[in-house]
Amino acid sequence: MAQAAVNTKWWGGGKSPFNVEYGKLMMWYFLMSDAFTFGAFLISYGTVRMSSASWPDPNHVFNAVPFFSGVHMPLVFVSFMTFVLIVSSVTMVLAVNEGHKGNKQGVIKYLFWTIVFGLIFLGSQAWEWTHLYHEGAWWGHNPFPNADGTVATTNFTNFFFTITGFHGFHVFSGVVINLIALLMTQNGVFERRGHYLMIEKVGLYWHFVDLVWVFVFLFFYLV
Amino acid sequence: MEHHTFGGEVTFPHAAPTDDSKKRIIKTTIILSVITIIELALGFWIYKMHEGGSPSHSLIMFLKGIIIILSLAKAFYIVSIFMHLGDEIRNLIMTIVVPLILFVWFIAAFLYEGNSWKNLRHEYRPKDPVKFEKTETPVHH
Repeated sequence: MAQAAVNTKWWGGGKSPFNVEYGKLMMWYFLMSDAFTFGAFLISYGTVRMSSASWPDPNHVFNAVPFFSGVHMPLVFVSFMTFVLIVSSVTMVLAVNEGHKGNKQGVIKYLFWTIVFGLIFLGSQAWEWTHLYHEGAWWGHNPFPNADGTVATTNFTNFFFTITGFHGFHVFSGVVINLIALLMTQNGVFERRGHYLMIEKVGLYWHFVDLVWVFVFLFFYLV
Repeated sequence: MEHHTFGGEVTFPHAAPTDDSKKRIIKTTIILSVITIIELALGFWIYKMHEGGSPSHSLIMFLKGIIIILSLAKAFYIVSIFMHLGDEIRNLIMTIVVPLILFVWFIAAFLYEGNSWKNLRHEYRPKDPVKFEKTETPVHH
């Protein structure tokens, strides 16, 4: 191939220097900026927590599990939510893999399961929010005491609902985007286009949602 | 070398999918699950120490540090394998990863600030609270 032989350097012109199409590159840059948004949220949370003499113990706040009302089970339900999101990430990467092969039915199958797990996660979060709301927690209301027994400020609930809410909004939009991608696959849009690069871009967004949850899980529930 | 054209751009296909790509996904899934289980086990350990009373603060800080490092490892696997950033060319990886180095200063500066604020408040807390008294002469003329 003459052209490739002439332009041996990536920046020599005639080819994409990053070797990805425009949309995927821009998705990466969007995700980078979104990482800074989430980073700013989590760092402000860390700053306020560091400036507080004491802070509520997450093991005594997030201890409820559906169908086991009144039973003290710290970390159990959030572990379930974390695994649901990991599994949804795996089915998404499998959908991308099928897209590489141009296997329409495979993409449909794995996208479907990704959407199902995304909905399970959203349902779990809705349950947890409802449960906390009934315990008296909301923006501006914090019924939970500090770990040292003193009265806590509302910083704890404000940060919790803002950051998990912002993440939940990302999960919701991710499910909607996955649903659109599923319908487009079903209608043969990508088959006619000759490639499934759109599934890769959708997948990048979905994995990012899982990536953010790693840190939300870490800083709100574990440490 | 086969190449594709998308909207006038010339890009080269990444490595063709083989059975290996599925194996790699399964391997990464297992790694992520095992790391999460270890994190949860450490989390339960910290919880049990708090319940047992008189927990060792340095041990808890150490365990929390380990959990944070494990989470960073998880983030690496998700970005590198699931998002295929590890398969992109170096220049692209660098434009994504290098700006994120800002986070190092971002985190260090803000957490230091938060801690300093706590210490200052503790330092200057009213040790002998002064009672409010009404002055006879007005301050403003």
